[in-house]
Amino acid sequence: MINLEVPKKFGFLIGQARQVAVEVMRPNSRRYDRAEHSYPRELDMLAAVINGMNESGALAGAGASGATRGSDNGDSPERAGTRNGSNLANVLSIAEVCWGDVGLLLSMPGQGLGNSAIAAVANDEQLQRFAGKWAAMAITEPEAGSDSAAIRTTARLEGDEYVLNGEKIFVTAGDRAELIVVWASLDRDQGRAAIKSFVVERDNPGLKLDRLEHKLGIRASDTANFVLADCRVPRENLLGSPEIELGRGFARVMQTFDNTRPLVAAMALGVARACLEETRERLTEAGVEIDYDTPPLSQSAAAAEFLAMEADYEAARLLTLKAAWMADNGKPNSLQASMAKAKAGRTGTDIALRCVALCGSVGYGEGELLEKWARDAKILDIFEGTQQIQLLVVARLLLGKSSSELK
Amino acid sequence: MSRPPQNLTERSMAIGLRALNRFAGSAVVDRFGLRDPAERFLFSASKTTVRTAVSAGRTFAAAQKLARPARQPTTPPSGLFDLTPTDEQRMLSESVRDFALEQLRPAALDADAACMTPPELLTQSDDLGLTMVGVPEELGGAVSERSAVTASLMSEALAQGDMGLAVACLAPAAVSTALGLWGDEEQQATYLPEFVGEHIPAAALAVLEPRALFDPFKLETRARRANGGYVLSGVKSLVPRAADGELFIVAAALEGSGPALFIVESSAGGISVEPEPAMGLRAAATGRLAFEEVELPAGALIAGARPEVYAECIALGRIAWSALAVGTGQAVLDYVIPYVKERTAFGEPIANRQAIAFAVSNIAIELDGLRLATYRAASRADQGKSFSREAALARRLASVHGMAIGSDGVQLLGGHGYVKEHPVERWYRDLRAAGVMEGVLLV
Repeated sequence: MINLEVPKKFGFLIGQARQVAVEVMRPNSRRYDRAEHSYPRELDMLAAVINGMNESGALAGAGASGATRGSDNGDSPERAGTRNGSNLANVLSIAEVCWGDVGLLLSMPGQGLGNSAIAAVANDEQLQRFAGKWAAMAITEPEAGSDSAAIRTTARLEGDEYVLNGEKIFVTAGDRAELIVVWASLDRDQGRAAIKSFVVERDNPGLKLDRLEHKLGIRASDTANFVLADCRVPRENLLGSPEIELGRGFARVMQTFDNTRPLVAAMALGVARACLEETRERLTEAGVEIDYDTPPLSQSAAAAEFLAMEADYEAARLLTLKAAWMADNGKPNSLQASMAKAKAGRTGTDIALRCVALCGSVGYGEGELLEKWARDAKILDIFEGTQQIQLLVVARLLLGKSSSELK
Repeated sequence: MSRPPQNLTERSMAIGLRALNRFAGSAVVDRFGLRDPAERFLFSASKTTVRTAVSAGRTFAAAQKLARPARQPTTPPSGLFDLTPTDEQRMLSESVRDFALEQLRPAALDADAACMTPPELLTQSDDLGLTMVGVPEELGGAVSERSAVTASLMSEALAQGDMGLAVACLAPAAVSTALGLWGDEEQQATYLPEFVGEHIPAAALAVLEPRALFDPFKLETRARRANGGYVLSGVKSLVPRAADGELFIVAAALEGSGPALFIVESSAGGISVEPEPAMGLRAAATGRLAFEEVELPAGALIAGARPEVYAECIALGRIAWSALAVGTGQAVLDYVIPYVKERTAFGEPIANRQAIAFAVSNIAIELDGLRLATYRAASRADQGKSFSREAALARRLASVHGMAIGSDGVQLLGGHGYVKEHPVERWYRDLRAAGVMEGVLLV
């Protein structure tokens, strides 16, 4: 039965995430935006609390680690009835925490995007071995961003170890995480099929921190650049199959994104809602009334602008919930995950920038958080696949085009 | 979605017969004395030919009435986020979609040019039982439960065939739905039997007025109390099948109260109509209705002019228009995908170019966002939750993205999109309506 309301059973979870956002994220937002690269200690305690909540099952993952493979979620929906599971819980709680602060969410110990990669492709032994550890994700290189099949980092098998060589940039939480999931090629002549992901311990001597980036936004989150110089990892740290399966291996690595894109979409939703709520308050102070019955064009320009933003927020939000719902119900959701990410990513940035304008100097000044949110929001339309990559994924699926036909 | 192995005719027959069967087997037929040949004649009251005024229409007479108005029950929600339609919804929307694609689509070009819907198509659509969906079962309705979601799915499916024809087919259903939702026992007894019968009256819900920045909550059509009834004056714009209309529900500002809905039979004196063809929706034969001191009985006022009923009516109309935009938007997407894959330029299919491919992606993304927002508004209505906000958001999406989808549909075909050889130019015109229209339809 068609129902697009958030299920009541997630009320407690959302309430907890909200508390985290209000009590921990918001009060520290500006502080760590200014003090880029300083470690937000407040989050350690929070992580402990959240782990406790995870174990009690109450907070089914405020971060990325709870995302699971859609296909692993059980019976066909026809037989089992509809399911609202961890994917939906995750996007809801992430949006809530990001209403507080998206940079701080990205710095939450144990909640890295690398954890999603592990959850998506690791075998049972690996899942157990890496459980509870904070994992970052290292894909991008100086010469390969969106074109992740073009990465140059190599992995060579020597005895029981893989030897990794190359350079990785833009690793979110790369300095603070305990594990780095590194994408590398087993054989550069065999193209994308030879690309595998490897778990590298952060303290591996072959993994050298080159520098931390100074960024436009999400400054509470460290963004690390690494050099891998004869970095040796046990062969058991290769995630998934070590075989070079033409036409299959890379697809499996890319599956990670089906899980993480709705999460990034959820981050954009959190930021967007923060902007909308703050702006609505400011508009109300300014005497602007927003009415859902009166046609927007018969209201003030500010009210019409607000309604327009709210409508696109609604579309982005529902697309995100749909992608997560599909994963929960074992439906393949590559298309919907990219649609959600594309819509939420661009809408988040758009809303944040427009809200700055609506609030004038209050929006633009550092006295409030709107200008920060507008800076933070932009990354959400870039990482885990830029806007353009999402449109490409969607188009290829809709048009039945390969990556060589539709470049 | 898997489809039962029935062909179109079998399936539309199945649904039509189902509706008919319900009607024939319903106790209400006897209760209202509809089997009486004399009464039956009223069903098929012939339409007048040349109209200087509106169609004289049939006489609506109250048969036996129920002790209190009948209302469709609603299903309590499961509480889970779910995008799965019920079996009934899937069956209804699939049979309607087949009808839309097999019957409406091929007729759309000529109907658009002629500014009218072929009578045989209207008969077929009446046989589908569209007007029975919003009618309570004890009054001969076809669907056991009240569901704005069901009506949205059916509207979407029809508009996938053609929006103008969909509006023509659905216009009477708005009237029966309004009476099902808000009519009192007298109003239901007088009018609803006609909407579950064999010859469904041409009927329309008239809200829109001809002026810039129209606001349905600030009406210039006015009703004042007089002689125990009301006197109605004003002009309504873009009323579907206006010239043939036998029954209207008209929105008017009631003196000393606020905006309200009135039942107006076309036989009431003082109503005139002129054709008002527009950019799109031409198959719906839109017309402008003028009411000059039209005298209405006391029983013409719906729901005692309760403001919440009027607001609900406007919001349900907005959801309906969003649903139509979803259907026609889907038609655009389904049309451009094969086109851009087949059309070659510079030695390869134009679909191989990002500029083209991304436009297709954006159609799909905004269309699905609009669809979900529409479903959410409708499902909130079914759950008895507030939904004017969600309806407003869906309408905004329909207005902006619906329009953009129509425009991109033409753009992707280039010059070929601009000529009538392809339907995208019509969809371009029709999709603009979703942000303009108020009323007319209800889900």
